[in-house]
Amino acid sequence: MATEQMDGGRALIRALEEEGVEVMFGLPGGAILPVYDPIIDSSIRHILVRHEQGAGHMAEGYAQATGRPGVAMVTSGPAATNIVTPLCDAYLDSIPMVVITGQVPYPAIGTDAFQECDTTGITQSITKHNFLVTEAQDIPRTIKEAFHIATTGRPGPVLVDVPKDIVDPGNPRSAMTWTDDVQIDLPGYHPQVEVDPEGIRAAADLLRGAERPVLYVGGGILKARAVEALRELAELTGIGVVTTLMARGAFPDSHELCLGMPGMHGNFTAVTAMQESDLLVALGARFDDRVTGKLDGFAPDAKVIHVDIDPAELGKVRRPDVAIRGDVRVAIEALVAELSANGTGDVDRGAWRSRISGWQERFPLAYEPWAPGEALKPQHVIECLRDATPDDTIVSSGVGQHQMWASQYWKFDHPYTWINSGGLGTMGFSIPAAIGAKVAHPDRMVWAVDGDGCFQMTGQELVTATVENIPIKVALLNNSYLGMVRQWQEMFYDERYSEVFLSKDVPDYRMWAESMGCEAMRVDDPDEVEGAIAKANEVDDRPVVIDFRVAAEEKVYPMVPSGASNSELVVPPFQQDQPR
Amino acid sequence: MNVPAPEYRYHTLVVKVENRSGVLARVASLFARRAFNIESLAVAPTDDERFSRITVVVDLESAPLDQVIKQLDKLVNVVEIRELHPGHAVERELMLVTVTAEPDRRDEIVEHLDRAGGKVLSVGTDHMMLSLVGPPGRVDDFEDLMRPFGIVELQRTGRVALASLDDVAD
Repeated sequence: MATEQMDGGRALIRALEEEGVEVMFGLPGGAILPVYDPIIDSSIRHILVRHEQGAGHMAEGYAQATGRPGVAMVTSGPAATNIVTPLCDAYLDSIPMVVITGQVPYPAIGTDAFQECDTTGITQSITKHNFLVTEAQDIPRTIKEAFHIATTGRPGPVLVDVPKDIVDPGNPRSAMTWTDDVQIDLPGYHPQVEVDPEGIRAAADLLRGAERPVLYVGGGILKARAVEALRELAELTGIGVVTTLMARGAFPDSHELCLGMPGMHGNFTAVTAMQESDLLVALGARFDDRVTGKLDGFAPDAKVIHVDIDPAELGKVRRPDVAIRGDVRVAIEALVAELSANGTGDVDRGAWRSRISGWQERFPLAYEPWAPGEALKPQHVIECLRDATPDDTIVSSGVGQHQMWASQYWKFDHPYTWINSGGLGTMGFSIPAAIGAKVAHPDRMVWAVDGDGCFQMTGQELVTATVENIPIKVALLNNSYLGMVRQWQEMFYDERYSEVFLSKDVPDYRMWAESMGCEAMRVDDPDEVEGAIAKANEVDDRPVVIDFRVAAEEKVYPMVPSGASNSELVVPPFQQDQPR
Repeated sequence: MNVPAPEYRYHTLVVKVENRSGVLARVASLFARRAFNIESLAVAPTDDERFSRITVVVDLESAPLDQVIKQLDKLVNVVEIRELHPGHAVERELMLVTVTAEPDRRDEIVEHLDRAGGKVLSVGTDHMMLSLVGPPGRVDDFEDLMRPFGIVELQRTGRVALASLDDVAD
C-alpha cells in the first residue's frame, strides 16, 4: 500500500482530486489560506467569486446541470455565514454539494477568535450532514464520507469545517500520512435503494383500477436519473404527467401525456387534474405546500402511491395508501416490469381523457396580448427567448414572477435544462447558478432569466463570469418592482404597495453590465426583442445582459391564493367565464 | 395529525448514536427544528465505547411517532432506534430532593419514603435529603407527596429504559 507524508492542506486538495472534482468555486481568506496554496499545483479549476454566496449557488448550478456534486470552498466566519443561504437552498432542493470552510485553529475554537463562528452549529439543520475535522489524519476519510453522503440516498449539501492548524504546513499538527486505502466509517448511514416488491404489486393494483390517475412527478426523478423510466411508465399506462417546478424537463412538455406544471402558479389542467384525480402517483415529490395548496382540500378523492428514497417524506404531509421506500428509478422500472408482465388493467379512461383535453382547450396558459402604448409583456420576452435558442439551452432563474413565467412559457423537452431555487425561493439565484451550469457545459447556451430585484442581489458575479471567461447570457425582466410581492399586494392587500417599488432609473443596468465587462443592451419596444436576443446569441466571448423594460402591472396567472384550496385557482380575467 | 390516546401520549425511544462530539446537539436541534416536544432526555455511554445511548421520551401531541423516528434516523450519527412501547419497557428515573423537615415531621416523611422505596441520604437540622429510584409515575407521586413539606431543591434525571425481558430478542 502506497503511503506518503504530507500536510493536511495538500491532503485535502488531493482528496478532492481523488473524488474526481474538476472545478470548485470559492474565495480565500485567513483560515483557509493553507488549503489555497496547493490549488496552484492542482488539476482542479478554481473559480474565484466575488461573494461567497455566489460560490455556493455556482456549485448548485454546476450540480443541477451535471448530477455531479458541486464543490465550494471559503474561509471561516463571515465567509461561512455568507454561504449559509446556498447550503439551505441545496438542502431544500436536494442538491449534492460539498462545502469546505476554513476554521480558526483547533485550540482557538470557543475563544471568540478573529473570524470564528460556530459553522457546524449554524449549518446543522440546513445540511444533510456536517463535519468538524479535528485531526489532519482524518481529512481524506472525511472528504470521502462527505462526497458519499452528498451524492447517495436523497442528495444534499455536506459541509466540512477545517481548522487552520491541521492544514498549515508550518504547524506540526498538520502532519499526516496519505494512504490510498481510506475506508468510510458511517455506521448510521445506509440509504436504501431497493424497493419492496410487495409495495410494487400493491401500487400496480391501484394503477390498474384507477379511473382518473395522474403521475405527480418531482425533482427526485431528475436526481435518480429516472427520466427514461418515467417515460416508459407513462407511455405504457397512458397516464398523464404533471412535472413540478423542480421537475420541469423530467418529462417532455411537447409529449401528448404532459399536463404541465402543478402548484400555486401551475397551469389549470395540471392543477385541476390532480385535484379531480382518484389516484396520485407521487414519484420523487414531497407534497410541498406550493403544490398542494390548502392541504385538507387537496385532491380529496385521490388515493396516493408515494415513492421516495427518503422514508421521512412518506406520510410527512399526506398519508399514502401505498408507500414505497427506495430509489425512484428502481421503483418505476419494477412497476413497469410488473405492469408489462401482468397487464395494465382494462379501465376505460376515455371520459377522464376528454375532461383533460377540455381543460387544455378552455384554459391554456395565456396572457393579454400587447397593445400599442403598453410596456413589454414579460411572457412575450420568454416566448421569444424560447423560440430563438437551441432546444438544449440551459435556463436558470431567480425567484419571483420572472421565475414563474420562465417555468410556464419555456418549453422543456430535455432534462437538466431548468435550474432554479424551488424550496427556499432564493432571490439572486439565477446569475451564479447560470455561471455554475456554464462552467459544467461550456458548449451549451446558458441563459439566466432574472428579475431586477434579484439582479441587484448577486449581479456582481458577472464580474466573475467576465474574468473567468464564462459567457452566460442574462435576460433581465425589469419592471422596477419586487414584482411578485407587488402582485400579492395588489391582489390581497387592497393595492397598498408597501416598499416594493425599486426605481425606474437606478441602477442603469446597461452601464452596470458594461462596467462588469458584459455586452449590454436595453429593450423597450416589442419590435426590438427578437433582434436583441439574436444579437446576444451571437456573442460568445463575454457575458451578455439585456435589460428588458417590462410592464409592472403584469401578473402571474393562474394563481392559487395563499391558504386557498387548489379548486379556487384564479385564472386570468379573460378566462374567468369559461365553464370549469 | 392524529392525536394519540392519552395513555400513549408519551413514547420512549432508545437511540443508539455514534459517540462523537456534538451528537447530542444534533438530536436536540432536530427536535427543536421540527417542533417535536421532548418530555425527557437522558444520555450515557454504552458498553461499547463507540456508541452512546439516548433515552428520549417524546410527546406525541407535537408530532406523529413515525415522523419522529424517521427524522431521527436521517441523522447520520444515529445508528439505531428502538421504540419501547408503553407496557413493554422497564423505565426508571432517579430523583434527588431536599425537603424541609422539622424534627416533629420527619417520621411522616420517612413513612412516605419507605412506602415508595427511597432512601435518606442525609439529615440536617431542618432539612432532609432523599433519593428515590423508581418508575416515573411513582417518582411523580412521591414528588407530589413531598410538596406540602416544602421542597428546597429537586433534581430528576429523566427516564432511562430497557425493553422488558419478554421483548428481548435472543
